[in-house]
Amino acid sequence: MTTTERAFGASHKRLEDARFITGEGRYTDNMSEPGMVHMSVARSPVAHANIKSIDTSAAAGMPGVVGVFTGQQMADAGYGGIPCAWVVPDSGTVTPAHPPIAIDKVRYAGDAVAIVVADTDANARDAALAVAVDYDVLPAVVDARKATEDGQPQLHEEAPNNQCFHWPLVGGDTDAAFEAADVVVSETITNQRLIANALEPRAALAKVDGAMAGVTLTVTSQNPHIVRFLLSLDTPFAEHKIRVIAPDVGGGFGSKLPHYPEDTMVIFAAEQVGAPVKWTETRSENYLATAHGRDHISEVEMAATKDGKILGLRAQTWASLGAYLSTASTGVPTILHGLILSGSYDIGAIKEDVYGTFTNNTPTDAYRGAGRPEATFMLERMVDLVARELEMDPVEIRRRNLIEPFTDGHEVATGLVYDTGNYVGALDMALDMFGYEDARKAQAKAREAGRLVGIGVVTYTEICGLGPSEVAGAVGFGGGLWESAIVRFHPTGKVTLLVGVAPHGQGEETTFAQIIADQLGVAVDDVDVVYGDTGETPMGWGTYGSRTTPVASGAIMGAVEQIKDKGAKIAAHLLEAAEEDIEFSNGVFSVKGSRDEGKTIQDIALAANTAWSMPEGVDPGLEASAFFNPANFVYPFGTHLAEVEVDPETGEIEFQRYLAVDDCGNIINPMIVEGQVHGGIAQGAAQALWEGAVYDDDGNLLTGSMMSYAIPKAEFLPSFETGYTETPTPVNPLGVKGVGETGTIASTATVYNAVMDALAPLGVEQVDMPLTPERVWRAMVDAQQGGE
Amino acid sequence: MKVSMTVNETSYERDVEPRTLLVDFIRDDLGLTGTNVGCDTSQCGSCAVHVNGAVVKSCTVLAAQAEGASVTTIEGLARNGELHPMQQAFTEKHGLQCGFCTPGMIMTAVKLVESNPVMTDYQIRHGLEGNLCRCTGYDNIVKAVQEGSEQLEAHSPFELTRAEHQITLREAEATAAERSAK
Repeated sequence: MTTTERAFGASHKRLEDARFITGEGRYTDNMSEPGMVHMSVARSPVAHANIKSIDTSAAAGMPGVVGVFTGQQMADAGYGGIPCAWVVPDSGTVTPAHPPIAIDKVRYAGDAVAIVVADTDANARDAALAVAVDYDVLPAVVDARKATEDGQPQLHEEAPNNQCFHWPLVGGDTDAAFEAADVVVSETITNQRLIANALEPRAALAKVDGAMAGVTLTVTSQNPHIVRFLLSLDTPFAEHKIRVIAPDVGGGFGSKLPHYPEDTMVIFAAEQVGAPVKWTETRSENYLATAHGRDHISEVEMAATKDGKILGLRAQTWASLGAYLSTASTGVPTILHGLILSGSYDIGAIKEDVYGTFTNNTPTDAYRGAGRPEATFMLERMVDLVARELEMDPVEIRRRNLIEPFTDGHEVATGLVYDTGNYVGALDMALDMFGYEDARKAQAKAREAGRLVGIGVVTYTEICGLGPSEVAGAVGFGGGLWESAIVRFHPTGKVTLLVGVAPHGQGEETTFAQIIADQLGVAVDDVDVVYGDTGETPMGWGTYGSRTTPVASGAIMGAVEQIKDKGAKIAAHLLEAAEEDIEFSNGVFSVKGSRDEGKTIQDIALAANTAWSMPEGVDPGLEASAFFNPANFVYPFGTHLAEVEVDPETGEIEFQRYLAVDDCGNIINPMIVEGQVHGGIAQGAAQALWEGAVYDDDGNLLTGSMMSYAIPKAEFLPSFETGYTETPTPVNPLGVKGVGETGTIASTATVYNAVMDALAPLGVEQVDMPLTPERVWRAMVDAQQGGE
Repeated sequence: MKVSMTVNETSYERDVEPRTLLVDFIRDDLGLTGTNVGCDTSQCGSCAVHVNGAVVKSCTVLAAQAEGASVTTIEGLARNGELHPMQQAFTEKHGLQCGFCTPGMIMTAVKLVESNPVMTDYQIRHGLEGNLCRCTGYDNIVKAVQEGSEQLEAHSPFELTRAEHQITLREAEATAAERSAK
C-alpha cells in the first residue's frame, strides 16, 4: 500500500459529520424506550428558604401523572447526597450534604423540591407547576466576598461565614519581592459568573432492568465513567450493575462534566414507576440548574522594577461555589487557577489566598478553561497595568519577562514544571502576522484624529492534558487521570478503537482514526472510534481539561506498539523469516532487503483472526489494550492580539481583528485544531464583551434565558486569523498538547486589554466585564469629569 | 385535534393536543429527531425547518398552524442519496463541531443563499442572526455558507462573476460605513 499523504498532520474531513449534517445525530433527547414516561422537576422559585411543607396531592391528580416524589422519599429509598469529587487538601474544605431533591431547605433559585412523572413531557411539566411548597423565605447572599462577612445569611451550618475552604498558595518570598520593587500596581479584578450554554440542553434517560438488577442511564455527559463511579455511591446500584451511555453530546464546555442530581432522580423515578423515565431540560431550566462558571473577585498586586522586570504577584481571590459543591468545583479556583499564575513569565514570588464561598446561586464548576482563564486574565491585566505605569509598550514588557525557550522542563514559582516552550517564537510570529509596528502607527494616527483604537496583546501559557494520576491524588481529585484504549482488528482488517474518553464535538472520532491510520497503515475510513459507553469502552476519566488527545493518544500508542509487535511475529512466521528481520512500513510487514511483497496489516489481521497457522506461543486475534498515565501535564502557549475601536459617543465597541498564534505541540489535524481555537476565542471574547450572569440581591437570576443573556451571534465577531508554532512535548509519545481551551484562556484578556488600550487616552483604567456600551460610556464620562 | 401536513414529501395525519408545537409534532409524533430544540424562547434556531419554502423556527409555531403545509426538515434535504450542496459545504469547511445547531444552521443557510445568491461575509453573518452556535465561533460557518452558495451558483450562473459581484457589494458596504461614520 502506498500513501501519498501522511494521515498525521492532514486536515482530514470529519468522520462524525455525516450523521450531523443529515439529522442523524444521536442525542439523548432523541432516544426513547417502549413504555417510557417523562419526568419534570419542580424547582424553588426563591433563593433561600426553609421548607415548611410540600403538598403533592394536586400534582398527583393532574392528567397523565403516574407519580410525584419528594427528597425525603428519595432518601428513604436509599438514595444519598450528590458527592463532591474534589476536596483540595490543606484547605479546610467542608463538604455539606447535597440532597438531589431539597428536603428541609432550598439554597438557590432552581433547587429541586419535587419530581413529577407523567405520560408526556407536557403533562409532567404542567403537574410540576402544581406542586405546592410552603416556604419560609430567608435573606440571600449572592456575592462571593460579601458572603464571608459577619451577619450575612448562612447557607450551611458547618460552614461559618459561608467559607467552604481557604487555599493558600505560596511560591517564593513575595514580601521581599514587593520591598525590592520600584513600582507596585494593584487592581480589583472580577471574573464575572458565566453560563456555559451548550446548545444541547441536558437530558437523562434511565431504564432499570429488574431481571439483571441493573440500570442503564443515557445522559448528556462529558465523562460517563465518572458518572457511573459516582452513581455507585449515591444510588443503591453497584458499579458493575450500572451502564452509563453518553451518546452524541451537543457541546459541554465543562457544564456536562458534573454528576448532576437529575442523574439520580431519573433512576429513582424509573425504579418507582417501573418504566423507563426520561428528563430533558428546558433552556430556562438550564440557566438555573446547570453549573455556571467563573465568578471570582480578586484583589491583585504586582511588583516590578523600573525596567519592567516583574518581581512578584500577590492576590486574594473569593470564588463563589454557589449553593452546593458540584463535582469538580473546588479544584477550579485553586489547583487549576493559582498554579498557573506565573503564565509565560519568570516571576520570582507568587502568593495567593483563595477563599471558596457558598452563595445562594446555582453551583459553579468547570467552564471552558476552568480557572486558567481567570488566572490568565488577572496576570495579563496586571502586566498591562505595570506597562502603563512604566509607559512601556505591552509587547516590550512581555518580551522582558518571557521564559527563555526550553526543551527539558522549566520550574516556576508555583511549583509547576512546564514541559517545553518557545514563547518568544510564538510572540515574534504573532507580531509579524499582525503587522504590529504598522498597527501601532495607524493607531497613533487614529488617536490624533480623536478615534479610540486599541490593540491588546497576551502571551499565555496554560496547563492542560490532565494529568498525572499521582498528582490528581495529591491535589485531592477523587479519581485518576490516566486513559485507556483498545485497538481491535477485525478479520477483514477493519479496525475498532475503543477509548475511555468521551469527546462531544472536538472531533476525536477523526483525529484518533488518523493516529491509527498513520501508525498502522490502514485507511482513516477503516477505523471506527467507539466512546461514551461504559458498557463497551474501557475505563477512562473523560473529556475535559484539554486532556482527550494528549492523554488518550498515549494509550492508543501503547496499543499500537503491541499490535506492531504481534503483527511482526505473525508476519515472520508467515514469511518464514526471523522476527528481527521484519520491518513495518505503510501498513506492510516485509523482510528487510527482500523484494517480496510482504504481508499487509490486513493479511495479518485475517491470519490472526482465523489462527490457522500461528507462530508458537502466540495467541489468536489481533487486539491490544493499553493504559497511559502521563508523567506530567502539558503546557500549550501562544500569543494573541486583538484590535478594537470604541465609539466615543456611545461606548460601543467594534471588534475588528483577532489573531492567535498557538502552540499545541504536534498537530494531528490542522482543520480541527483551528476549529477549536476559533470556538475558544469566541467564548473568551464573549466574557470580555457580552456575557455575564446577573442576580438581584434576593438571588433571582435576572439573565435567565437566551433573551437576556448575550451569547455571541455571527455578526458580533470578526473572522479570526490563526497561526501555529509546533513545539512537541516529551510527555506523550506523539508530542501533542491540548487545544480545546487555549482560545478561551487567552482571548478574554486579549480583548479586554485592547479595549483598555483604546480608552487609555481618556484615562480610563478599569471597567468591569462584560464591557457593555453603557459601562464603557459611563467610564468615559467619569474619566472626563474626573479629569476636568 | 387532527393535523395533516406533508413532511419531506410524505403526507402525515396525526391526532395531537391543540397546544402541540410544530417541532414537537416533527420530533415526537413523526419521529424525525434531526430537528433539535436548543431553547424555549425562539433564539437559538436549532429547530429551523422550511414551511412552504420559508425558514421557520418550528418551536415558534403550532403544528395546527402548519395544517396542509409542505414542510422540509434536515432529513429531507438530501435528494436521491445525494447531499444538498450546503450539507456538503458544512463538512468541507468544518462548519460544525458538536452538530447540535447544524440542522437549523443548514436549513437557514439554504434559504439565505437562495434569496441572496452572492453575499459578502458581513451579509452572511447578519443573515444568520437567528441561529446560535456555541462551538465554532462562526468563522467556518460563514465559509461553509460561501462554499454552499458557490456550489449552488454552478446551477444558476450570473451576469457578473461572483468575485465582481462581491466587490460591488463590499464597495456599497464601505460607502455605507463611511456615510454612517460621518
